[in-house]
Amino acid sequence: MDGAYRSGPAGRFLAWSTALYLVLPILIVLPVALTDQRFLSLPYERISLQHFRTVLTSPEWLGSIWQSFTIALASTALSVVAGTLCAIGCWRISRRATEMVRVLMLLPLIIPSIVYAIGLYRYFGALDLLDRFLGVVIAHGVTGIPYVVITVSTALAAFDPRLEQAARGMGASLSQTLRWVILPRIAPGIFSGAIFAFIHSWDELVMVLFIASRDVFTLPRRIWDGINENLDPAMAAVAVLLILFTLLLLMADLALRRRSQGR
Amino acid sequence: MSGAGRPGAGWWLLLLPALVLVVVFYVAPIAQVLTISVTEPEPGLGNYERLFTSPAVQRVILTTLRICIITTAIALLLGYAIAYAITLASPRARGWWILAVLVPLWISVLVRAFAWVTLLRRQGLVNNTLLELGVIAEPLPLVWNEFGIIVGMVHYMVPFAVLPMLASMREIDPRLLAAARGLGASRGEVFRRVFLPLSMPGVIAAGVLVFIFSLGFYITPAILGGGKTLMVAEWIGLQILDLVRWGLGTMMATMLVVAILLTLAVFSRIVDLRRIFGAGG
Repeated sequence: MDGAYRSGPAGRFLAWSTALYLVLPILIVLPVALTDQRFLSLPYERISLQHFRTVLTSPEWLGSIWQSFTIALASTALSVVAGTLCAIGCWRISRRATEMVRVLMLLPLIIPSIVYAIGLYRYFGALDLLDRFLGVVIAHGVTGIPYVVITVSTALAAFDPRLEQAARGMGASLSQTLRWVILPRIAPGIFSGAIFAFIHSWDELVMVLFIASRDVFTLPRRIWDGINENLDPAMAAVAVLLILFTLLLLMADLALRRRSQGR
Repeated sequence: MSGAGRPGAGWWLLLLPALVLVVVFYVAPIAQVLTISVTEPEPGLGNYERLFTSPAVQRVILTTLRICIITTAIALLLGYAIAYAITLASPRARGWWILAVLVPLWISVLVRAFAWVTLLRRQGLVNNTLLELGVIAEPLPLVWNEFGIIVGMVHYMVPFAVLPMLASMREIDPRLLAAARGLGASRGEVFRRVFLPLSMPGVIAAGVLVFIFSLGFYITPAILGGGKTLMVAEWIGLQILDLVRWGLGTMMATMLVVAILLTLAVFSRIVDLRRIFGAGG
């Protein structure tokens, strides 16, 4: 049926302009990061890597990158364990009985993070978790659960429940069934969820603005301060590094999906 | 079903870690926000009275609604064009289109806001280029106002608008379009009378999604608004961090949640909300 119906010139023009509007502004940070000037501009005479050098030798930027990385790893572990078990439980117990649980798990996607952030500010104050590694890990881990629940549920939808029943019928315990039958089949879904939970934590700013101040100073927090205080090309260099890192993660996700579909 | 088919108590235990985490560290802090809004500075509905008496509160709400409605309308239009192009594209081209939508979706919102500042500010690339070409004599005010906020927000929201509309358009049988053409309808007529009505569920789902995301959006409006145009989320942050007016801040946060839940409740009668939140919903 291809070719029987095509979009008109107006529709095509709008689609192309929208695609350019989505992609071009993001690409602009690359030439700005390579500028030979000391302010935000395109390169005047030659391209220069000095701003990348500034970022990669600055203890502040490196410290924030490391902190964001460890926080994202720890909170991803939390989201993956809780989210995967929950998705498996909901899948096995039946949709109707666990409807409330599913809605509860999706709340962090629906409720704006500013509402959660001010709530945490008070709540963590009483628990002495403000400006602590553990506090940020909990906040990011809990709000990362929905991503894992969604990807794992999608993977489980393609899983034949009779396999699980057969394993149980042949005498496997619940933990054996989980480990040997269910988890290997849904591993790609878990991995996708982990990547999304990782990116969620790695990019998260609103909660961090409220529950962290000095000791915990993540990368998004440092970028935020940079945008509000001194707009210099080092910021563009950071932006380029971040874009590359995100693309790398997405490509890993894509490659993994390809492999699991090819099987 | 035999006994093996009935889930035992063990399966319920699997839900426990997530449930405990979400109840203790998500639901409880948010419940506290709702409580503070009726207990501080004194018990009662005094904070909510401000909705009717304070011009500042009303101005923030009106600004937010105006920006959100404009953002949703533009994001739907642009998103529709992209989703339409993807639906009708060849499988090869389709991959590139989807990439153009998904890559921005996952790139840090801060990076994108920074890119827009670089482009739009007074000495930014857009103004400088236009000045050098002699198109304008004075730099245009492109950022740190409502225009800048909307440019940045639409940029963030278009991918979210595309996905539900794309899902809905893919369910349209292409033979219907070919049949309509064969029966003598012009291309415009096929679009208006066949394609557009069939894609409406996706459009509504996308509209709801973009609107509720826009309502509570913090980062992009805060950066591109430059503190001059305040939307609800930034205003709440200001009340709590700078002015320490917990009652007022939590009241507005409660209203934000209520507005979002109301929007969802109203539209869940029209469209299947699972469509919005994917397979996990």
